[in-house]
Amino acid sequence: MKFLDEYRDAALTRQLAAKLAQRVTRPWTLMEVCGGQTHAIVKFGLDTLLPPGLELVHGPGCPVCVTPIELIDKALEIAARPEVIFCSFGDMLRVPGSKMDLLSVKARGGDVRIVYSPIDAVKLAQDKPSREVVFFAVGFETTAPANAIAVAQARQFGLKNFSLLVSHVLVPPAMEAILASPDNRVQGFLAAGHVCAIMGYTEYEPLVRKHRVPIVVTGFEPLDILQGVLMCVDLLESGRAEVENQYTRAVRREGNRPALELVREVFRVVPRKWRGIGEIPQSGLGLSEAYAEFDAEMRFGVAGVGAEESGECISGLILQGVRKPHECPAFGARCTPDHPLGATMVSSEGACAAYHRYRRVQAATH
Amino acid sequence: MCLAIPGKVLSIAGDEPLQRAGRVSFGGIVKEVNLSFVPEAQVGEYVIVHVGVAISRVDEAEARRVFDYLRQMGELEELEPPKNQTG
Repeated sequence: MKFLDEYRDAALTRQLAAKLAQRVTRPWTLMEVCGGQTHAIVKFGLDTLLPPGLELVHGPGCPVCVTPIELIDKALEIAARPEVIFCSFGDMLRVPGSKMDLLSVKARGGDVRIVYSPIDAVKLAQDKPSREVVFFAVGFETTAPANAIAVAQARQFGLKNFSLLVSHVLVPPAMEAILASPDNRVQGFLAAGHVCAIMGYTEYEPLVRKHRVPIVVTGFEPLDILQGVLMCVDLLESGRAEVENQYTRAVRREGNRPALELVREVFRVVPRKWRGIGEIPQSGLGLSEAYAEFDAEMRFGVAGVGAEESGECISGLILQGVRKPHECPAFGARCTPDHPLGATMVSSEGACAAYHRYRRVQAATH
Repeated sequence: MCLAIPGKVLSIAGDEPLQRAGRVSFGGIVKEVNLSFVPEAQVGEYVIVHVGVAISRVDEAEARRVFDYLRQMGELEELEPPKNQTG
């Protein structure tokens, strides 16, 4: 496929790795922010191509993983109502709430459906005027424009039976929280390319100035990731803290203006709790006042539902890059993708799930 | 979650705001995609699609840059087949 396979060329990937080995003179720790990048790194074994001392730690960029447990509980409560068709991306169905998951609600007769796009949920609301269609709007900045289109279309069509349960999170405040933490080990970031396709990268410029860490906007294919690592190492080795863009085929500095305009009309910035991390100020999106009528929390009266995190799961430390999945005593034993203790093992982009899936294959083939 | 993949725009329909849509081919699999946020995208160009919505147009000149970079490093030539070889 064009603009995909050519960025997976094994020989060129090794060339970049060789160049990287020449450039590195001392240990560095970089964080890839996005779970999609984590997945590619572990799937293609890119971390095993890095020179000794150059470490990639995995960031919080998996929205499924950071959705707080009380929002899952709210989803469960809404999805169990007989009038509701609850629509979600597939990844959310097995994320454990405090007592069960959405798949269990479905098994008990709840009308829970997986959709490919929030726009499909709007079409469903048009087709089923007697039912309440709720879309679980989870995601980072990348997904916000699609959810904004869905709500704006619902208004355009005059739909009264469509609403969003919003759990949107924003990347730069999480990067700020990681850098400000006393446990921080991150010396440079690979920023998430698709988030930046929407937002651009001007937001990272104050972060770079404040914390003196280089940030390289990076794509998702093996060549992209290794080039992003090389650019970041180059900045570190030459003592420069700057924002650079590796993913120029998709990302412009100012982002996607029409998308940003609609996102800013439909949503507003709110404080948001991150699962395993806690509340981060100004780190999420909620519906703006103009679109408040589409807020499922208000419509179904679940705004007060609260819940506590439990147990043995160290996903909070993993999401901040402090620990790695195999360092968890429950990993692969009491916590597996079939019986997850935490969301990082559920989502296909969660670091624990990526290690569980690919590291076993590697172990078997070596 | 932020998975987005490039696809080729085959056709474009709909002028209403929020409803500009097109048929986009992902290596032969064709899906309908909302094109509201890539007003500049034309038939035959590539867009990057996330959950049914195009979030960016692929800049083809920029797309070649990583290969240009490797070529500049002088390390790509030896990987290329000789000029007189076909296929």
